[in-house]
Amino acid sequence: MNAQGVVRLAVNGRPIEVPAGTSVAAAVARISPMRFRDSVHGMPRAPLCGMGACFECRVHIDGRAQLRACMTPVREGMQVTTHD
Amino acid sequence: MIERCDVAVIGAGPAGLAAAHAAASHGARVILLDAQPRHGGQIWRHDVAHGTPPAAQAAIQALSGKVEWRAQHQVVAADGRRLLAETPDGAVEIDAGHVVIATGARELQLPFLNWTLPGVAGAGGLQALAKQGWPLAGKRVLVAGSGPLLLAAAATLRKHGAMVVGIHEQASAARVAAFAAQLWRWPARAWQAARLRVALAGVPYRCGSFVQAASGDTQLRGVELRDADGTRQVECDYLAIGYGLVPNVELAALLGCALDRSGTHARVHADDLLCTSVPGVYAAGEALGIAGLAAARIEGSMAGHAAADAVDAARALAPARIRERAFAGLLARHFALDPRLRTLATADTVVCRCEDVPLSALDDCPDTRSARLAARCGMGACQGRICGAALAELGRFPNDGPRRPPLFPARLATLAALPFRPTTEIEP
Ligand SMILES: Cc1cc2nc3c(=O)[nH]c(=O)nc-3n(C[C@H](O)[C@H](O)[C@H](O)COP(=O)(O)OP(=O)(O)OC[C@H]3O[C@@H](n4cnc5c(N)ncnc54)[C@H](O)[C@@H]3O)c2cc1C
Ligand code: FES
Repeated sequence: MNAQGVVRLAVNGRPIEVPAGTSVAAAVARISPMRFRDSVHGMPRAPLCGMGACFECRVHIDGRAQLRACMTPVREGMQVTTHD
Repeated sequence: MIERCDVAVIGAGPAGLAAAHAAASHGARVILLDAQPRHGGQIWRHDVAHGTPPAAQAAIQALSGKVEWRAQHQVVAADGRRLLAETPDGAVEIDAGHVVIATGARELQLPFLNWTLPGVAGAGGLQALAKQGWPLAGKRVLVAGSGPLLLAAAATLRKHGAMVVGIHEQASAARVAAFAAQLWRWPARAWQAARLRVALAGVPYRCGSFVQAASGDTQLRGVELRDADGTRQVECDYLAIGYGLVPNVELAALLGCALDRSGTHARVHADDLLCTSVPGVYAAGEALGIAGLAAARIEGSMAGHAAADAVDAARALAPARIRERAFAGLLARHFALDPRLRTLATADTVVCRCEDVPLSALDDCPDTRSARLAARCGMGACQGRICGAALAELGRFPNDGPRRPPLFPARLATLAALPFRPTTEIEP
C-alpha cells in the first residue's frame, strides 16, 4: 500500500489499483465481474453470498488455488487469476 | 502452536463483540476469532467507501487492550473445547476453558430458473460485496425476496451509486402492514425503518411480488416478475435476492451441542443463561435463531458473563433478551414464504451449485446421505450450506446429517495439524 492508501495488484495479468481494504472479489469485479470460476459443467459463476459461505468466488491468488475472493483483502503485488 | 485462554469467542459480529467484552470485564483471558479479516460480522461490516458504523466502532474500541483479536481465523475442527483454526499462515490450535459460539447466520436462497447466472447475488450478499468495494455506480439492481433485510441492503446499494429499480417483497401488503403496525414495540427498529424509508425515497416497494426466473446467456440480463397482475419482464444488471436468514449451526453441531429442529432450519438450543447442551459451551446471536441486532448484543453480553462464571450478571439481562427475542416470532409470522416459491425450481434447475446437481437427480434420494452419495448434492466446497437450506425449505430433506470436520474445506497442512483424530472419516 502506498501513502495514498492505494494497493496495486494484478488480475489475470492486468494491473489495477484499488483502495486499501478492498476485497479481492471487489478488485476482480473491476475487471471481470461476471466470471470468477467455471462450474463443473463449464458455466461461468460469480459471487453469491459475499460472506464466505457459497464458495462461488474462488480464485487463484499468488499460485494458491481455491481461495475465497470475498474473504481475502487485497495486498500489494498480489497476482489473482480467475476461472480455472 | 497451541494457545490457551479462559474464553474463546467464535464470531466477531455484534454478539461475539459483546460476549468478548463481557467475559473480559471479569478478568477472563479472552480470545476473539473470526474468519473475516475485520470485526463487525454482517450488519457491522466495514465499508471501504463509508467506514465502520459508529456503534460498531464503539463496540470494537471497547475491546482494545482487553481481548486478544484473531482475524482470518476460521474454526474448521474441534474436540471438546480445543479448537483448530485455519489462518492464511497455517493452522492454530486454541485450548479454551469456555467457548462462546457467535457464528451468526447466512442468507436463505431458493432455486429458480437461471439463479446461477453471474449477476444474481444475495441481497445481503450484494450489500456485503458493495461494502468490500464492488463497483455498482450506475448499475440497475432489482432487489427481491423477503424480510426487512431487503430494505437495509437496498439502502446500502443506493449509497454505493446503484440504481435500485425496485424492491419486490414476496409477502402480501396486508402482512407487511401488520408487521409495520407492531414495530412501535421496538422503538429502535421503528426508528431504523423510518430512516430507511427516507434513504429509499423514490424506490418502488412492491408487496406480493416475486422473481420467478432470471434470464441471460452468460450473465444476467433481466428477471421475470410475478404478482397479482400476472408476469412481466424487467431488465437489470444485478438481482439482489434473499429469503431471510438461516442460523449457522455447523460449529455448534461439531462441538456436540444439541440443536432445536422444530422449525425448517435448525438453531442452537440453549438454556435461559445461554448454555448449550454441552457444559462450558455457550451460544449467542443469530446462531440461536434470527432475531436481529439488539437480541444479538444482549445475548452476547449474557453469554460472555456466563462464560466468565458471572451468573448474576447474565441473569440480569434475561428479561431484556426475552423482549427482543419476541421480534423473532413477529418476523417469522409476517414474512412466511408464499408456497408458490417452493415450486419455482423445476426438474432441470440446478440446486447444488458446487456440483451442478439438478433437482431431478434427487428424486430417488430419501435423505441427505443418499443425496450426497448418489447425486453428490452437498458434497462440494460449500458443504451444503446453500443447497441444504434451500432443499429443507423445498421440503425435500431437512439438513439433518451429523457434522464432521473440517467445517470448511481446509488445506491438508491444516488437517495434518489436527491434534486429535476426527471421530469420523473426513469426506473428500
Ligand atoms: C449478508 C448479511 C447481511 C446482513 N445485513 C444486515 C443489515 O444491513 N441490517 C440488519 O439489521 N441486519 C443485517 N443482517 C442480519 C445480521 O445477521 C444481524 O443483524 C447481526 O449481524 C447478527 O449478529 P451476530 O453477531 O449474531 O452474527 P454475525 O454478524 O453474522 O457474525 C457472525 C460472525 O461469525 C463468523 N464465523 C462464523 N463461523 C465461523 C467459524 N467457523 N470460524 C470463525 N468465524 C466464524 C462470521 O465470519 C461472522 O463474522 C445481515 C445478515 C447477513 C447474513
Ligand atoms: S461470494 Fe460466497 S464465498 Fe465468496
